Amino acid sequence: MSILLYLIPVALALGLVGLAAFLWSLKSDQYDDLDGAAQRILMDDDEPSS
Amino acid sequence: MSSAAHPPIDGYEGLVHQNEKGVKTLSLLVIGVHCALCIQKIESKLRSYKNIEQARLNFSTGRLHIAWTGRSENANTYVHEIEGLGYDVQPYNPAADKNADERYHRFLLICLGVAGFAMGNIMLLSVGLWSTDEATMGEGTRAFLHWISAIIALPTIVFAGRPFFQSALSVLRKGHTNMDVPISIALILACSMSLYETIEKGEHVYFDSAVMLMFFLLIGRYLDFRARRNARSAASDLMQGLSGFAHVLHKGRVTKTLIQDLKVGMKILVAAGEKIPADSIIIEGASAIDESLLTGETLPRDVAQGEEVYAGTINQSAPLTLQVSKAAEQSLVSDIARLMEQAEQGQAAYVRIADRAARLYTPVVHVMALLAFCVWFFAWGAAWQEALMIAITVLIITCPCALGLAVPVVQVLATGLLMKRGVLIKSGDALERLAAIDTIFFDKTGTVTQGRLKLIGHYDPDDLRLAASLAVHSQHPLSRAIVDSYKGDDFYAMTSIKEYAGKGLQGIYKSKKYRLGSRSWCGDGSTTESDSIELWLSSDGKPLCCFRFEDQEKADAKATIESLQNSNLDCVLLSGDRESIVQNMRKTLGLSKFYAQHSPQDKHDVLQKYQSTGRSVLMIGDGLNDAPVLAAADVSMAPGSAADISQNTADIVFMGEKLEPVYATYRLAQKTQRLVRENFALAVAYNCVAIPIAFCGFVTPMIAAIAMSGSSLLVIANAYRLRFVR
Repeated sequence: MSILLYLIPVALALGLVGLAAFLWSLKSDQYDDLDGAAQRILMDDDEPSS
Repeated sequence: MSSAAHPPIDGYEGLVHQNEKGVKTLSLLVIGVHCALCIQKIESKLRSYKNIEQARLNFSTGRLHIAWTGRSENANTYVHEIEGLGYDVQPYNPAADKNADERYHRFLLICLGVAGFAMGNIMLLSVGLWSTDEATMGEGTRAFLHWISAIIALPTIVFAGRPFFQSALSVLRKGHTNMDVPISIALILACSMSLYETIEKGEHVYFDSAVMLMFFLLIGRYLDFRARRNARSAASDLMQGLSGFAHVLHKGRVTKTLIQDLKVGMKILVAAGEKIPADSIIIEGASAIDESLLTGETLPRDVAQGEEVYAGTINQSAPLTLQVSKAAEQSLVSDIARLMEQAEQGQAAYVRIADRAARLYTPVVHVMALLAFCVWFFAWGAAWQEALMIAITVLIITCPCALGLAVPVVQVLATGLLMKRGVLIKSGDALERLAAIDTIFFDKTGTVTQGRLKLIGHYDPDDLRLAASLAVHSQHPLSRAIVDSYKGDDFYAMTSIKEYAGKGLQGIYKSKKYRLGSRSWCGDGSTTESDSIELWLSSDGKPLCCFRFEDQEKADAKATIESLQNSNLDCVLLSGDRESIVQNMRKTLGLSKFYAQHSPQDKHDVLQKYQSTGRSVLMIGDGLNDAPVLAAADVSMAPGSAADISQNTADIVFMGEKLEPVYATYRLAQKTQRLVRENFALAVAYNCVAIPIAFCGFVTPMIAAIAMSGSSLLVIANAYRLRFVR
C-alpha cells in the first residue's frame, strides 16, 4: 500500500495542472467570445502574416 | 451606409486611452457584423497598418478593441477604414465593459472548474473506499484516504460553494427562503459530519457526495445564468441606442460631438438617411421624417422650417439644419425610456416555477430531517451521534440536485432548438411565461404586415412607366414602391427634376410637365381626400392616373393567427395607424378585436386594462412606440426587423419575413413547460424512494453518490426528449 504515498500525490498534481490550465485560459479571456471562436475557425489565414 | 453620406468628420481621438507604455487603445461598437468574413475583413484591414498592435473583434458583443502605437489622431483613420468597409461604427465606453454580469459569469466558471477538479480527485479515492472494507484495507489506509478527501473537499466547498452561500444568506436576511438554503445547509452539515467522522476514524464520510452535489448544482446554475444573461435592463439600452455622434455646426465648421453632450441651442446638421440625435426645431431645409418608431405610422411626415422633429426618428429625403430644443435626457425617447423602466419594475413580481418549487420543498426536507433525528433518538433510543448522522444523510440524499437541473437543462435545449429556427430567447424565464399566456396583442405595421408599402391594382403600363421615371429620382417610400412594381429599367429621360417636400416630384419630358404627388397638387383639388394611401400622376396639370398603395399582411399572417386562435388564445390588433386601415387589416386577418390610433401611452393603458382583469398578455411589436408595452406585457416578442430598442426589450426575437415562428415558439414553450413539470415529478418520485432508505439508516456514501448522479442523469435524459416531441 505504500505505493499510494507516491501515486496519490502524482494524481493530485496532474489534476492541479489541469485546473491551472483552465484558470489560465479563463484569465486570458478565452471564454469571453465563444460564438466568435466558432466563427473564427472558418477563417482562411494560411497566408503568412506580413 | 449612412456615414458615407456626409464628409468624414473627426472626433474619435478624444475617446482614445493611453497606457504607461504609450500604447493607445480605443473601444468601438461595430454594427452589422454577421459572420466570420466580417471579422476577418475588419481585423485584416486594421492589421495592414504597421503600427497596429492588436485588433480584435468580439463577435458576441460587436465590440472592437484596437491598440496601436503612434498618434491618437490615427483613431479617425481606422474608423474611416471600417466605415469604408460598410459597417457602422459607434463609440463605446469601455468603463461599462467589466460590468457585474461579466464578473459573475467568470466567477461561476472558476467555481465550476474548481469543483470539477475536486470531484474528480475525490471520486478517484472514493472508488477505492467503496470497493473494499476495513478488513482488507486496514484502518490506517482508510483514515489516510479520508484525510486526503477532507483536505481536497473542505477548501473546495468554502471556495466554490460561495454562489450558494451568498444567495442563501441574502434571502435569509430578508426573511425568505429559496433553493439555496437547503443546499447550503446540506453542504455544511455533510462536511462537518464527515470531518467529525474522519477525526474519529469513523466508517463513512460524505465528502464525495457533497462535492458532487455542488458540481452538478453549479452546472445548473451556470446554464441558468447563461440563459438569463442577455435579459439586461432594456431601458438603459434605449438610451445607448441614441449614443454616438451628432454633427454640430459651430462658426462655419462642423465638428463631431457626443450626443449626450448636446446642449439646447446648438445647431446640428442631419444628412438624408440619418437618425435625428435630439428633439429640435428645423431652421433650414424641408424633408420627410420617418417617425414610424415613435408613432407606428407607415408614411413619413413632411416637415418644413420651424417645425419640431424628435430624437430617434429618421430624416429621409433632404439634409436639414436643426437647432436643439431639448437636451438628450428630456427628449421624447427618454420619456418612453422612463415609461419602460416603470414597466420593468412592475414585472419583477413574477415568481419562477423553480422558486415556487423551492418554497414548497425547503420546509418539507427540513421537517423530514428533524423527524428522522427525533424518531431515532427518542423512539428508537439511538445514540445522539447516530441519530444526527441519519438526519444528515436524509438531508444529503434529498438535496435538490435533480431539482436544480430540472429547469435549466430543458431551457438550454429549448433555446438551442429555437435558435436553429431563427428564434432567439433573450430572458431565461421567457418560455415559462409564454406557456402561460391567454391573450396576444399584435402591433400592425411591420409585425403582421410586411412594413413596406406596395402598389395595388392594375394600371396603364405607360402611366406606370411615366410615374416610375419620376419616382426613380426619389427615396420616398411611395416612390420606391412604384419603381419596385415597375419591373423594367427603360425609364424616360426626364429633365429638370425637382422634389417638393410634402407635395411630390416634378419633371419635364418632351416639353410636357409631369407631376407625381399628392391629390391637391397634381389633380383637381375639388375631390375629397380618400382613406387609402395614394399618389397622383398629372401632365400639364391634367390628372392622368391615381396609384393606390397598401401595406400588405405577411404571407402566413392569417394562417398563423388562425392556429393561435385555435389554441384558445385571444388575438387583438393594436395600432397607431388610422382607423380605416386598421379596420381593413382586421377583416383580412379574421380578428375580432382591434384598437386604432393608439399612442404609446394609450397602448400601455389598454394593456393594463387587460392585465387588471387577470389576463396574461403576449405583446408582439416592432416599433419604438411599442417598447413600453413590450416591457410591461407578461412576455414579449419582436421581429428581427424591429427597431433595436424593441429587440432589446422583447424577451424573444424571431428572424425572417414570416409570422409562423410565433406559433412554433408558443408550441415549444408549452412542451418545455410540460417537460419541466415532468422533471419535477421525477425529482419528487426519486425522493419518495430515497427518503425511506435514508430514514431507515441504510444509506452509505456509495448509495448516496449513485442515487444522486442517477437522479440527475434521469432528469437530463428526460429533458432531451424535447428533441423528439413533435
